[in-house]
Amino acid sequence: MNEFESGLLKYLTQEQLFKIQRTKVGIAGCGGLGSNIANALVRTGFKDFEIIDNDKVEANNLNRQNFFLDEVGDKKIEATAKRMKQINPDVKVKAFKTYLTSDNVQEFFNDRNVVFEAFDNVKSKKLMLETFGDSGKLLVLGSGMAGISNKTLINIHKVKENIYIVGDETTNVGKDNPPLAPRVIACAAMMASVAVEIILTK
Amino acid sequence: MKLIINDEEKDIAGAISVKDVVDSMKLVPEKIVVELNHRILKTEEWKSSSVKDNDRIEIVSFVGGG
Repeated sequence: MNEFESGLLKYLTQEQLFKIQRTKVGIAGCGGLGSNIANALVRTGFKDFEIIDNDKVEANNLNRQNFFLDEVGDKKIEATAKRMKQINPDVKVKAFKTYLTSDNVQEFFNDRNVVFEAFDNVKSKKLMLETFGDSGKLLVLGSGMAGISNKTLINIHKVKENIYIVGDETTNVGKDNPPLAPRVIACAAMMASVAVEIILTK
Repeated sequence: MKLIINDEEKDIAGAISVKDVVDSMKLVPEKIVVELNHRILKTEEWKSSSVKDNDRIEIVSFVGGG
């Protein structure tokens, strides 16, 4: 157990940490949601990850994504994995730079217990739910975290036993509703929280 | 046809398949996922999945951003 993990034991019991550490996590998308979900989960003690993203870091991502200026141009999977290892050097990250489609999606996340849908586009969100919804894995999806208004609350919507959607489920990202750090990070944190609660109370 | 859609009873006239339900509710297929009697359907299954009275349909609708 490294120094970081010893530190976790101030807040978690050995049994809780064991439950967290044996959980295999998949994160589909390393943007606003995914990079922040990864941050929250590694800090909570998770250490076995499969992450997928096809993009490189751009300056306009830095308004909400967990990257820094000197990482502009780097692959998001690499910048995310680097960040995770800065928190816990013993974290295991399988990283794939690819775009998920109906043709290749079956190749990923097969051994994962928990999968996070963290893409920005609706097509990929739909693909993730259609593919993994009945897989028995815990599936946590994000939908609706754009804009500045807090009139539409970010909710946790339990679709069925193993499927949760986090977000306001109404505010589409667009010119009037840009993706900004506060609500995007709040949504990502709540997505991570859904998994933590389920894993620790099972 | 009397269906339970997202826990509400709805009358969808003349619907034979899940695709008919989606069409008659004027939903955008690219943004939704449909579950029929607790099984999540792939979009290509909508046409061949027939519906009958009192079937339970759950429709999840996505918005973009992340």
